[in-house]
Amino acid sequence: MTKRLAFRNARLIDPATGLDTRGGLLIENGKIADLGAKLFNTADPHDPEVIDCKGLVLAPGLIDMRVFTGEPGSEHRETLASASEAAAAGGVTTIVTMPNTDPVIDEAALVDFIKRRAAATAKVRVAPMAALTHALEGERMTEIGLLREAGAVAFTDGDRSVPNTRVLRRALAYAATHGALVAGHAEDPDLSNGASMTEGEFATRLGLPGAPPAAETIIVERDLRLVELTGARYHFSQISCRASLEAIIAAKARGLPVTCGVSAHHLTMNELDVGSYLTFRKVSPPLRSEADRAAMVEGVAEGHIDVIVSSHDPQAADTKRLPFAAAAYGAVGLETLLPAALTVVHNGHASLIDVMKTVTSTPAQILGLEGGKLAKGLPADLVLFDPEEPFIVDADKLHSRARNTAFEGRKFQGRARMTFVGGECVFDRGKEKMH
Amino acid sequence: MTSAAPAPILQSSHLLGIEGLSASEITGLLDLAEEYVKLNRAADKKAATLRGRTQINLFFENSTRTQSSFELAGKRLGADVLNMAVKNSSVAKGETLLDTAATLNAMRPDLLIVRHQDSGAVELLSRKVDCCVVNAGDGSHEHPTQALLDALTIRRRGRKFEGLVVAICGDIAHSRVARSNIHLLSRMGARVRLIAPRTLLPADADRFGCEIFTDMREGLKGVDIVMMLRLQLERMTSALVPSTREYFHFYGLDREKLNLAKPGALVMHPGPMNRGVEIDSDVADDLEVSVIQEQVENGVAIRMAVLDALSRNLAKAGRNT
Repeated sequence: MTKRLAFRNARLIDPATGLDTRGGLLIENGKIADLGAKLFNTADPHDPEVIDCKGLVLAPGLIDMRVFTGEPGSEHRETLASASEAAAAGGVTTIVTMPNTDPVIDEAALVDFIKRRAAATAKVRVAPMAALTHALEGERMTEIGLLREAGAVAFTDGDRSVPNTRVLRRALAYAATHGALVAGHAEDPDLSNGASMTEGEFATRLGLPGAPPAAETIIVERDLRLVELTGARYHFSQISCRASLEAIIAAKARGLPVTCGVSAHHLTMNELDVGSYLTFRKVSPPLRSEADRAAMVEGVAEGHIDVIVSSHDPQAADTKRLPFAAAAYGAVGLETLLPAALTVVHNGHASLIDVMKTVTSTPAQILGLEGGKLAKGLPADLVLFDPEEPFIVDADKLHSRARNTAFEGRKFQGRARMTFVGGECVFDRGKEKMH
Repeated sequence: MTSAAPAPILQSSHLLGIEGLSASEITGLLDLAEEYVKLNRAADKKAATLRGRTQINLFFENSTRTQSSFELAGKRLGADVLNMAVKNSSVAKGETLLDTAATLNAMRPDLLIVRHQDSGAVELLSRKVDCCVVNAGDGSHEHPTQALLDALTIRRRGRKFEGLVVAICGDIAHSRVARSNIHLLSRMGARVRLIAPRTLLPADADRFGCEIFTDMREGLKGVDIVMMLRLQLERMTSALVPSTREYFHFYGLDREKLNLAKPGALVMHPGPMNRGVEIDSDVADDLEVSVIQEQVENGVAIRMAVLDALSRNLAKAGRNT
């Protein structure tokens, strides 16, 4: 029997086509069967199960291109299952996982493991990236062709740059052979070695070792040259300063196949947010100056920054409750990706549809995934949200196994009400237990 | 000089590469080699063409099969053949090479067969000696007798070069065999395709008039000849390809990939083969398609033709000096 679920009275937003209209949407057997302005305008006793959206936004579920989990190897921090709980609560229907696990995802069998564990335990879709070099050591490229056939959506050393330019050149040339996407972390390992924040007045006051934003831009500029040389498709996982953005804008103007992302943290916080040594705000790359943060917002508004990511990186107390310099980098972010991205809308820098594009259709396009849009026949991965709903981030109410949010106590507007993956409701805030 | 002196075939007194040879020089060598194929199959394989001549095989890089092939070629033509095993000295290579050249030159050889690991080393040596020099392979530059024996093999299988589609597959970047074959086949009117991952394609490969493919399945569609190249295991340690199993999966010639070529397509390999790396035994050992053994046989004949042709130029110049 056909399983049907209808949405009426929704504000349909489809960034891929520019659709922004009042209307309805029909799910049949997990797929989008129909949508449009006139659909279910009037309630009909013959309608299937109906959700009255009351004017809330119904959009493609979010695709988060940068998610660290602890599975396999550090399940006490996060499993694929717990990360998927957080994702569902954040309106994220596809998480792109980083290979920085133990063991590192650098073999086809391990990609297969992630996919099977995800299918068995996760509520949302999991699209694994595989390592670009063996054990993330930056010395030998991985079996990019076989890993791709196993289902790796892209290749990255996660939170590390490949230090050896020759190795990276070869890996990029080889990736280009297979049409594979390479995602790079831009941070010069020598310049940033030992640094816990951005070099400058504030770091000096705190007495913390810093690294200049140039540590990022140097790698961005180097990698752009290698892209030019090899023709590889390259995505900068996250950039954080104006100089990097300008280099990428110039490269795009030259026609290079490059894209870039920014994390929710670098879009909404600056170095001063480190405050009195708040280790939950120690991220990699470190929070930048206000001028650089503003440049990131501008980059999103003007479409030069292609995607916004959470850089979700669960850390347990043992790695965070330490003096700042000794604490681990990273913060969870799956549940705050949508609210953080919406700040760009609420502050009047960009339209809702343009911001939604950076977390739906553009990541899908970069990764070659079929989702990220509202179109007939596609899997019904959807998020229903009120873009205006005010709330305060409360770490205790997060769904992720680790609670190291950088946004504790932060006031945001807009968060997921319901999330659907393949037509199934995987999150309903109305049915959440009261804390 | 006797009045019966055979017509000259080669312009130069050395064979340093295919680049620079004309189509008629190549055809002349192939025609002559056909005669030597016949001689080599006779009970009495001995000719007197090079009687009284001295041939020195100078191999700075080990190659049992090429050296044996040249040795046999010289002996069958009646030359005195000396194999000089040269230990590769890591110090002051240039100086050593030229010192060696001067020493050998003083022994007054007529034919010097040289293999060297450095591109251009054979040409450098040829400028310092008075005899004919044959390049038996220099670095990643040229290996002219290999390309000639490949051409002979193709021709003896009844294939015409004009319009022939040949795919050269594998480590093009480091291959002297590939370079010589590209020159020869293009010069003779064949269409050459290069198939390799980008890490094994030389820069500006498309400037040699070849079609470039990184997808072997695409590249093999409709080809008449599949030439496989040996993948040196050091390509793995230098991280140009991730692993032999991945290489075999995407670039190894197996039956399934070969079936994309034209029916009746021939498979060639300069040897020695890495089975299960660049070629599957199933294909390599199938005498219906694989002409790898014929290549070896034709190698002796082509080298005899080259030695013969060069010795004609010795006679022409009224050597010895």
